[in-house]
Amino acid sequence: MAATEIDIFSNEEKRSLELGGHVGFDSLPDQLVSKAVSQGFCFNILCVGETGIGKSTLINTLFNTTFESDEASHYLSDVHLRPKTYDLQESNVNLKLTIVDTVGFGDQINKEESYKPIVDYIDTQFENYLQEELKIRRSLHNYHDTRIHICLYFIAPTGHSLKSLDLVTMKKLDSKVNIIPVIAKADTISKSELHKFKIKIMSELVSNGVQIYQFPTEDEAVTEINSTMNAHLPFAVIGSVEQVKVGNKMMRARLYPWGSAQVENESHCDFVKLREMLLRVNIEDLREQTHARHYELYRRCKLEEMGFKDTDPDSQPFSLQQTYETKRKEFLVELQRKEEEMRQMFVNKVKETEAELKEKERELHERFEQLKRMHHDEKRNLEEKRRELEEEMNSFNRRKVAAETLMGQALQSCSQQPFKKDKDKKK
Amino acid sequence: MTANTRYRSRLLRSGKRDHIYTEKEYVGFATLPNQVHRKSVKKGFDFTLLVAGESGLGKSTLVNSLFLTDLHKDRKLLNAEERISQTVEITKHTVDIEEKGVKLKLTIVDTPGFGDAVNNTECWRSIEGYIDHQFEQYFRDESGLNRKNIQDNRVHCCLYFIPPFGHGLRPVDIEFMKALQEKVNVVPLISKADCLTPGEIKKLKERLREEIDKYGIKIYQFPDCDSDEDDEFKQKDRELKESTPFAVIGSNAVVEVKGQRVRGRLYPWGIVEVENPAHCDFVKLRTMLIRTHMNDLKEVTCDVHYENYRAQCIQTMTSKVNADNRVESPIPLFPLSTPDADTEKLIKMKDEELRRMQQMLQKMQQQMHEQDL
Repeated sequence: MAATEIDIFSNEEKRSLELGGHVGFDSLPDQLVSKAVSQGFCFNILCVGETGIGKSTLINTLFNTTFESDEASHYLSDVHLRPKTYDLQESNVNLKLTIVDTVGFGDQINKEESYKPIVDYIDTQFENYLQEELKIRRSLHNYHDTRIHICLYFIAPTGHSLKSLDLVTMKKLDSKVNIIPVIAKADTISKSELHKFKIKIMSELVSNGVQIYQFPTEDEAVTEINSTMNAHLPFAVIGSVEQVKVGNKMMRARLYPWGSAQVENESHCDFVKLREMLLRVNIEDLREQTHARHYELYRRCKLEEMGFKDTDPDSQPFSLQQTYETKRKEFLVELQRKEEEMRQMFVNKVKETEAELKEKERELHERFEQLKRMHHDEKRNLEEKRRELEEEMNSFNRRKVAAETLMGQALQSCSQQPFKKDKDKKK
Repeated sequence: MTANTRYRSRLLRSGKRDHIYTEKEYVGFATLPNQVHRKSVKKGFDFTLLVAGESGLGKSTLVNSLFLTDLHKDRKLLNAEERISQTVEITKHTVDIEEKGVKLKLTIVDTPGFGDAVNNTECWRSIEGYIDHQFEQYFRDESGLNRKNIQDNRVHCCLYFIPPFGHGLRPVDIEFMKALQEKVNVVPLISKADCLTPGEIKKLKERLREEIDKYGIKIYQFPDCDSDEDDEFKQKDRELKESTPFAVIGSNAVVEVKGQRVRGRLYPWGIVEVENPAHCDFVKLRTMLIRTHMNDLKEVTCDVHYENYRAQCIQTMTSKVNADNRVESPIPLFPLSTPDADTEKLIKMKDEELRRMQQMLQKMQQQMHEQDL
């Protein structure tokens, strides 16, 4: 019944009416804006690039402040991500800015695993948001959104082309985050070389199917500026927080013996363009793209992995509840099976150990018997020997006695003999 | 008549007037340096330079600037996707250049692909192998019968390019220099120095010197100049030593600065002159490499690195000879294979058997002893 009612609604023609007077719902955007302003905005930037290429300096220059960070070492064994959150305020707009730095990128000798920590970090932020969304009691408007809205990829100014590591990493990241490639330390490249370099980079990106972020050209207010900016990608930037006296003004620049490269001079570098695009014009579009495209893609993949589908084989829309039920049943069945398995294993193990123990007992017993027998034999031998010894002793004693008596007799006769002789003589 | 005056009058008579006569006695062997000079000019010099470092650091540009030629005319640079699993190649370019009658046969050995792949484990092996191969070839030639025309292809100097974008030495730099420090004179350079301000250059040099000391890397050391040189020379020498590693910039293009045409790089904010000592250390490097220390580099290669290699080689050969218990024959050219491998095996087997029997005997003795008790 409910289905037919819905059908009626969609078939109805939508009529547009003229208003008789001023109602006042044209203030809706303003209400939205004031609500958003009071809530505050959040923006997350990920900076990927080799150590020492100027990531921290560029962020400092962009936001015209010094975010404290210590110099990274070249000798880390793998890539780490360092997120830092700051609260900024301009006019009455609060911005919760999170800057994620990649430490140790490009330093190792074997860089095959370098992209993994970055991809894992991005996925984790998506996962956290997904978990929050799926909660029963959720508070999405209080939730601190840490999903990465933009990735600034810093390309080293070699003047030839992209490095192999850059290509591999950007390919892995292009479906997960908005990438804007920038050429760092652009005060090393002269104008003609820069032009060739940019063309080479863009052609390499296109030929390898890397999708970088294109500034949107649908909204008429910004379409013109965005399309010109799209042609200037990748931006060649110089970063500096030092104030240098140029002419009679103090401005941010890098002072060389042959001149000073000014950060905000459009003919020196594309810094102004980057700031314009990133912060002044397209920041909201970046957030929207992250939510509508990258996050949705992640969510879809994740849920499909878990087994959820939008339509079952009969092309009837699946309700989430049904899916939950089936999933739960499956899960319980699985649990039971596992339990059985474990029990079986346990029983088997016990049997085995028992058998082993029995075997050992038997062996011990045998050994004991053997030893006993040996002991017995020894004892018997010993007895025999003792008897023999006794016999010997006895015979010895007898002989001794015999010898003694013989000797005694002999002595007596000897002692008597001289007496007799004397007696004879005396006679 | 003293001996000297006799000698002088004899020479006068024979008409030899090659040398200048002074009042003091003059023998004439002070012209030896001139003779050496003439002969060496006729013979010509050769020098082999190895350049190593990641792509895009300006190695070819620097070599072109150093020798004022264009060595790499049609170079094919690989794309990024082709470099993902690239192996290191060794390419050689030889040019003959001449200046004021002195001929130099210059060989530049390039190492495209070094450090470019995603996995760079042991990417310096092929470079090490190349250097060893040159040593081996020279060793063999030297021990040969006909030694007139030995070609010296040994690598005399290795310029290693360190990128200026980092905070110091990276693991791949340390591994490379440690692997080659015993085989060739390693001269580290800070490449593309036009992206560093003077303060940053100073800091980076100190950092590099510290790290080179810390990891015990033996780079090429300049020899101390003689004590009888004049002070200006000593001062220059000291400055040279204190500014290593050199921070260099190279350029293929000629720009116009204050009416002069010099090699340089043109930026919107200024022009960098390659040969300006206030801009970079290119002049110092050129002076060191070509004008003052080229011969010293060759000598150190001959006397130290090659001798080490030779001693090692001979040692391994003689230890093999001794192991075979043969009569000391003159060192053969090629290492001998072990012809008595079979008998050695037999001996080993018999040894084993003997040992086993001894053990059994001992056991039986022990048993008897126990039984007696």
